[in-house]
Amino acid sequence: MVRTGFVEKNLRILFPLPAIAFVMVMMIFPIAYTAFLSFTNWNLTSGQPLNLVGLRSYARVLREPRVLDAIGRTFLFTGGAVFVEAILGTTVALVLHREFFGKGLMKLLLLLPLVATPVAIGIVWNLFYDPTIGLANYALSILGIPKLAWVSDARTVIAALVVVDVWQWTPMISLIVLAGLAGLSSEPYEAARVDGATERQILWNITLPMVMPTILTAMILRTVDALKTFDIIFAMTGGGPGYSSETLNVLGFKYSFEYFKMGQASVILVFLFAIVLLCSILIMKVRDRTQV
Amino acid sequence: MKQSRFRHVAFYVMVLTVALVVLFPFFWMLSSSFKTQVDIIAWPPRLVFKPTLHNYVKVFGEQDFLKYFMNSSIVGISAVGASLLLGLPAAYSIARFRQKRLSVFILVARLMPGISFLLPWYIIFSRLGLMDSYIALILSHMLIALPVIVWIMSSYFDGVPTELEESAMVDGATRQRAFFSIILPLSGPGIVTATTLSFIFSWNNFMFSQVLSMERTKTLPIAVYNFVSYAEVDWGGVMAAAVAIMAPAILLTMLFQKYVVKGLTMGAVKG
Repeated sequence: MVRTGFVEKNLRILFPLPAIAFVMVMMIFPIAYTAFLSFTNWNLTSGQPLNLVGLRSYARVLREPRVLDAIGRTFLFTGGAVFVEAILGTTVALVLHREFFGKGLMKLLLLLPLVATPVAIGIVWNLFYDPTIGLANYALSILGIPKLAWVSDARTVIAALVVVDVWQWTPMISLIVLAGLAGLSSEPYEAARVDGATERQILWNITLPMVMPTILTAMILRTVDALKTFDIIFAMTGGGPGYSSETLNVLGFKYSFEYFKMGQASVILVFLFAIVLLCSILIMKVRDRTQV
Repeated sequence: MKQSRFRHVAFYVMVLTVALVVLFPFFWMLSSSFKTQVDIIAWPPRLVFKPTLHNYVKVFGEQDFLKYFMNSSIVGISAVGASLLLGLPAAYSIARFRQKRLSVFILVARLMPGISFLLPWYIIFSRLGLMDSYIALILSHMLIALPVIVWIMSSYFDGVPTELEESAMVDGATRQRAFFSIILPLSGPGIVTATTLSFIFSWNNFMFSQVLSMERTKTLPIAVYNFVSYAEVDWGGVMAAAVAIMAPAILLTMLFQKYVVKGLTMGAVKG
């Protein structure tokens, strides 16, 4: 009797305890360990014990043009992708936000890119982008435009990868905005119609302002995921040609598991972690504000 | 009248365009998987061709594809099962005792870049001799599944009226008993959503398996990736492999469409 009373009284802590312990061991401790390694110059292949070098490891990594390029590229890729996805995704949601024959089927179609295995998606797009047999160049030849090398050309590779990200993740924004549109109250619309507002006025002065918090939340969620994009880039280009499509995540992976420079890799991972953490804090802030 | 018919047509043209853009890569993957190499490298690209099962026979025959399929299933099912065990009580506690900090703590695991834990895991699992073991893979995939489950279930439990377990507790049941015998049996839809989504995420995971698994525990995404690096030119085989790996996730999505939409968009929309 007393024993069951103990469990019940402390359910609030006992129930989540195993999950908390798991996350502590599998996430918090490893992150701390990575942070520690970032102050060393440990190289797994050199066979030498790890040396604490303090902030010098940061100074050294920050002097590498390859790392600085990757930081800039991560923002370029993320910004480009999320910007296009937000505009396209919101447009598609506004178009689909009405009752019509086949709406259920359209929603199912929008789900497919979201659940498709990214590695496999990347391979299919590589077939499109193939310079000699790919459909991308076939489309250009119909339009009378000279062929491009797409992901094999340092000048076009980021844009080509953004296109794949846009294809896969625009539906995410559409579905979120659709759900947001479905939850809008109808009162302002009735009032506007009584006042004789045109449809364009309703769209710009009522619908968009009301659904804006949802669009913003969707954009931040996408930003956090796009900053971490790995599968598609690694599968399609491996960071190439040269280093021209290396983002922080791809670069961190190569430093860790191809060069085994654990110390320098950790510095890169700390950067990526810090950037994602900042964006995540932004999510919480926006969520708190919109949930009033 | 004329204008409204024009708008009607314009609307369906737009819907059709969206549908075509979304579907086209899937269509091309599927049709290429039934093409011979000659048809694939044909210029201009061929829409009409004589289909062949050759690519599927080759992929499933020569490659150890069935083994990788089993590995992906073992890892996915175990990781989701274990995460449900840990996650359901945690989600209940978050919902009933309004533990906002705890929910943020778990959400952080969903947002953080996986590679920042992967490097230490690699070192630790190597030291423990757990590289290429199911246990290491399952533990890593649990960190994918658990946040999804806690996130979806805590908001699901939020919507289950407290009167249900309160009346059971008035009748003398403990709260933990009420949770297991009353709340959980009523949570079918939530559990289906959480299970489907977390399984798909584990199924699609590439980075963790790429580092932690080798020949024995290799999962499908790694097998498909390696297939490309070894056989760059055999597009038919690669496309057949891509179809095989995507089929389960797409089937699950079709079966549980309503749940998957809810699970993916939840939390981004208030209420």
